[in-house]
Amino acid sequence: MTRIPEFHAAKWNEPVVMEMGRPGARGQLFPAPEDEVTQAVGSDLIPGAMARKDRAALPEITEFEAQRHYLHLSQMTLGMMGISLFGTCTMKYNSKTAEYATLRPELAAVHPYQHPDTLQGVLEIIHEFDRILCSLSGMDQFIFQAGGGADAAYTMAAVARAYWDDRGLLDQRTEMVTSVQAHPCNPATAAAAGFKVVNLPLEENGYPSLEALKAAVSDRTALIMINNPDDMGIYNPEIKEWVRVAKEAGALCFYDHANFNGVMGKLSARELGFDACMFMLHKTFGAPKAGGGPAVGAYGCSDELAPYLPCPVVVKEGDRYRLDEDRPKSAGKVREYWGNVPQVVKAYAWARAMGAEGIQLASDISVVANNYMDRKLAEIPGLEISNPGIDAYRMEMTRWSLGPLTEETGVTTVDFANRMADYGIDPYWMSHEPWIVAEPFTPEAGELWSKEDIDTWIGVIAQIAEEARSDPEMVKTAPHNQAIAQVKGDAFEDPGKWAMTWRAYQRKILGDESARGVA
Amino acid sequence: MRIGLVVNPFAGMGGAVGLKGTDGPDTVAEARRRGAVAKAGPRAHQALARLAGRVPGARLILPEGPLGADWAGGLDLTLETVASGAATGTARDTKDAVRAMMPLDLLVFAGGDGTARDVASVAEGTALLGIPCGVKMHSGVFAVTPQSAGSMIASLLEDPDRVRWIDDAEIMDIDEAALRRGLLAPRLYGHARIPVSRNLMQAAKGGPRLDAAQSLSSAAAEVVAGMEPETIYIIGPGTSAASVVRALGQQATPLGVDAVIDRKLVARDCDAATLDALSEDRRVALVLGVTGQQGFLLGRGNQQIGAGLIRKAGKDGLIILATEDKLTALAKPHLLVDSGDPDLDRALEGFVRVSTGANRQMLMRIASC
Amino acid sequence: MFDPNRAHPWMANSAPGSLRAMLDEIGAGSVEEVFAQIPEDHFRKAPLDLPPTLSSEIALRRDLVGKLKKNADCEANLSFLGAGVWQHHVPAIVDEIVGRTEFATNVWGSYQSDHGRNQAWFEFSSQLGALLNLDVVQLPVYSWGCATGHAMRMAQRITGRAKVLVPQLSDPERLSVIRTYCQPSAMQSHIEVVLVAADPTTGRLDLGDLQAKLGDDVAAVYFENPEYLGTIETEAAEIARLARAAGAETIVGVDPISLGVMTAPGDYGADIVTGPVQPLGVHMQCGGGAGGFIASRDEEKYVLEYNGFLVSIVETLEEGQVGFGLACPHQNSYGSREHGKDWTGNSTYLWAIAGAVYMSLLGPEGFREVGTLIVSRARYAAKCLGEVPGVRIVWPDTSFKEFVVNFDDTGKTVGEINDLLRARGIFGGKDISDEENALGQSALYCVTELHTAADIRHLCTTLKEVL
Repeated sequence: MTRIPEFHAAKWNEPVVMEMGRPGARGQLFPAPEDEVTQAVGSDLIPGAMARKDRAALPEITEFEAQRHYLHLSQMTLGMMGISLFGTCTMKYNSKTAEYATLRPELAAVHPYQHPDTLQGVLEIIHEFDRILCSLSGMDQFIFQAGGGADAAYTMAAVARAYWDDRGLLDQRTEMVTSVQAHPCNPATAAAAGFKVVNLPLEENGYPSLEALKAAVSDRTALIMINNPDDMGIYNPEIKEWVRVAKEAGALCFYDHANFNGVMGKLSARELGFDACMFMLHKTFGAPKAGGGPAVGAYGCSDELAPYLPCPVVVKEGDRYRLDEDRPKSAGKVREYWGNVPQVVKAYAWARAMGAEGIQLASDISVVANNYMDRKLAEIPGLEISNPGIDAYRMEMTRWSLGPLTEETGVTTVDFANRMADYGIDPYWMSHEPWIVAEPFTPEAGELWSKEDIDTWIGVIAQIAEEARSDPEMVKTAPHNQAIAQVKGDAFEDPGKWAMTWRAYQRKILGDESARGVA
Repeated sequence: MRIGLVVNPFAGMGGAVGLKGTDGPDTVAEARRRGAVAKAGPRAHQALARLAGRVPGARLILPEGPLGADWAGGLDLTLETVASGAATGTARDTKDAVRAMMPLDLLVFAGGDGTARDVASVAEGTALLGIPCGVKMHSGVFAVTPQSAGSMIASLLEDPDRVRWIDDAEIMDIDEAALRRGLLAPRLYGHARIPVSRNLMQAAKGGPRLDAAQSLSSAAAEVVAGMEPETIYIIGPGTSAASVVRALGQQATPLGVDAVIDRKLVARDCDAATLDALSEDRRVALVLGVTGQQGFLLGRGNQQIGAGLIRKAGKDGLIILATEDKLTALAKPHLLVDSGDPDLDRALEGFVRVSTGANRQMLMRIASC
Repeated sequence: MFDPNRAHPWMANSAPGSLRAMLDEIGAGSVEEVFAQIPEDHFRKAPLDLPPTLSSEIALRRDLVGKLKKNADCEANLSFLGAGVWQHHVPAIVDEIVGRTEFATNVWGSYQSDHGRNQAWFEFSSQLGALLNLDVVQLPVYSWGCATGHAMRMAQRITGRAKVLVPQLSDPERLSVIRTYCQPSAMQSHIEVVLVAADPTTGRLDLGDLQAKLGDDVAAVYFENPEYLGTIETEAAEIARLARAAGAETIVGVDPISLGVMTAPGDYGADIVTGPVQPLGVHMQCGGGAGGFIASRDEEKYVLEYNGFLVSIVETLEEGQVGFGLACPHQNSYGSREHGKDWTGNSTYLWAIAGAVYMSLLGPEGFREVGTLIVSRARYAAKCLGEVPGVRIVWPDTSFKEFVVNFDDTGKTVGEINDLLRARGIFGGKDISDEENALGQSALYCVTELHTAADIRHLCTTLKEVL
């Protein structure tokens, strides 16, 4: 019997913190400057024009009220405490042991400009993890400065600029070639870095054709950025040939390894011919996602590209570690300092706890479990797998469509997502832009969730599909068991109604004339 | 919301019996003689059945008899009928019925390109939605299936927020007499507003895509910046290509082809002879858009641009503009050319770059049809 | 070592028989069969070469803690390092809240299932907006430098101009990021970064040089308040006025912890404001606490150019109830790929929650107190240090929490002095002698609410010993 959770989210009717408290209440006291300090320097130390006259319009609440308020907010957040088969993001257990280790002052209270002699422990972890990623990818050097996958793609664009500039060809190599199905961060960051973006369409096989690539690359191509497998669960079997064709045209080849979970220990980016790749430590390597960072896009490349890496690079000399800032060909920094170090430590912990065999097993489980899920989803009427003509096992995730069900009932994939939370199931990921299949959703089973979890998840999908037929209005007005009712979308694009701060809300919606601020 | 429905009961009859369309009473009679069975009515019924299933009691305005109400029988719908004449098989039937229903917020019609053209001519400014039943459906106003047309009407009534509107769907039709002589000569007759589904609050990492006009104008500015001296740029028709004329600060001919040399508009609404004359001893570049859903580049709505010009421009002389939305929404992921010269069509096969914005391109495969 | 007969605690389906059961359900004979999409010659040949598996929590913890203990930290030592990462007090409640698993493991659900998180995000923007006196605050991007780079690119799109004026005495770390965002000169959409001189007597922007460089080709003037080397920019309103007169945007970088005592940038003409979020309740974490906010007035001109997440308060289907969601989502690169406004991705949104909790704990009086405490102790530290023989404060009485200390007259380099201090448990200020500032052997010292008068005296005493 499939277990269908009965669930109701906490509903605290929690006020916005700006409405809370009472004049004079305090949540945090600071010491007064010592007498010797005041006697030496006096008071009113900020020059007149810069001395704040108004009192900041912040809430005044007690320490306990702050604690209770934000605990209430955490309770009104499902997190992944339901079942989250959130495709493209590879939901993992986030080790508390690793988390607690990073909260110790030996990491939390460490400054990036400390002398390297005082940083040997953290540098050792970073270096060892660099070696682990080099083994998994075949690359020669990783850096962790990028604060997420998109930032690693941006790093690639910056490295490509420096590489072509060094050859005097930056004004000729102006194009980046990618697939329309690549993650948006690839074209977006390349464009932001100043490259022209050339997209390849998906064709009948579910991936862009080699012929399209051949037509796209030339002596104007600076680089190609590509992921494989894609979010449909389709692996491009011509990828080696792709890399060969692109390199023949002189282009650099970047492997966006966002979808690494199904091929961990099976593929090596370097053996496939790529010059550089990226891993997301907050996805594949078990660091928490934290609702959108702090994250890490680990960027790795070959020795040929290493001189262009942003600084610093952690290097080992003898049995000491140091930060190399002296790299004259460096592309420049993409972000200050050396990265979200605690996340690197957590990813290192994940790799060590899994080990080579564990990593390979995780990859096996994630792909088998995904195909198990596909098999069960296919039994639900109104759902359709993407590329239905392709009869093959998918990789670690699969894109599905609710198109037929939506036409029949008017219930959309957004409605589904809203309704899922009523069962304590985390809403799924739909699809990156552009939406190539109608009413998409993209589940990824991963190695974390049990077969029973997957069964429950599918049971809920089947139940909502039933509800879409029997009571579509109920699904369209979902959720019904959450902290709040369905959010109305009309204000999001209305300059007269959107309000990104309480100040703006008071002024625009509450009509509070006393609210400061300029329209 | 006032939604009207009109059925061209004879649409689609020609196809089954080897006639290319059923425009005009003689053709209808000929089709009947050959044993054709009308299918527009049953298809309209399928669409209405889906509507009634989704929105029981939905209100519709429609002509009585075979032009409308006959096909809504037995369904849970609220019908407001208007009087209509006998179905004679002429365009006048459709047009009169539409006039009687106006004003409407949306006019749903069951028919093909000819019906689309007829209803558009008397319901200018009214949004259209086609239930596909014709032999010819080059226009960009048709739903994919009758059911999806019904579903769209339901969404409009239930959740208008979930529908967005596109203003420049093509109304195309061909000269049927010419077609039966073996000549395919479709023309662009106008543009209409159509509803398309939209996912409101797609949440997370998305939402409605960027403004099409903005993407096109940036693409157009790039085309203008890259214009070579002396070359003739033959532009249009269609809103995408016309954005290049606008980028030059000029008004484009809405349904025709304009010519630009040295960034100056040298001729408007050109016919084939004018274009040939202007192109003599010059390099030729063709600035083209793509037709919605079908993806035609050449040979649909731009017959002024003849095979000679296309040959002269060559594949490298094609400058194509389209929004990424339009390209990803094509029924098949390729662009079609039909120059009238099969050898030329084959020579154009392969990949071309379509500009989707400044510094943004999509590679598309050209196929001959 | 990994024992294939024992299930892994992080993988439910590693339990004996689970994989087989799923293979049976899908009709696959083996795991290999399921990978049939991958051609044979794509599989890696080099075997994985990873360190031994730490297969128990005990072993894992021992390894992590053992390694980390090789670090020396700013709690066991007395640190005067700042320059973009500062040692401020983190209230315990902040650690509790950001450690909540619902927030830490969250990815993205619906506006309803993420309601609490979204409200916390909105409260971050609301409270920071109250400190800045600005109506729009975006969720933080990767860092202050990244925020400033995005802001300059916003200004480029708004004005159609491609030059920014930046203080010559800028943080080289931040400036490197800004230059990356502004692209090399070979790129078509490059933004030229032009340096504006500093007044050598105060460290403030040289207004004469600013006026000379301001023209109708300038997209934005950027300055920080306090400036990188600690000076409070008293002429902020005049700079903004000059920029506006030239049709340029004024971008100001501010330290939010200063805003209980320093004028809100919204009140002196800043158009776009950026700054670090780390001072608002985020541990230093080797720089892993970095994050940068972007804020502006609520005008479409600005709002429609933001690159990331703008959280708006809105109505729900239930009368009188509010919820939260993303305003203008179509314009970011998730919504519009390469057609979007600049680009975005996973960022530092957990620090928005940290900041929300932090600001709610401090309230208006807390910010006033902490600001007063910091500026008092920092000035005191400068005064005491200035009395150490051979030590000179470069711009006395101009700063908030950081100030430049010159050691030219000691005959020692900053590097040597810091080595001597470190041996005595003190991390001296950041060595800025190699930076392009003509300030000789100088260090940037940072004093916060955590440094007591006794700590400061200890620094001075130790310096006297080692010099």
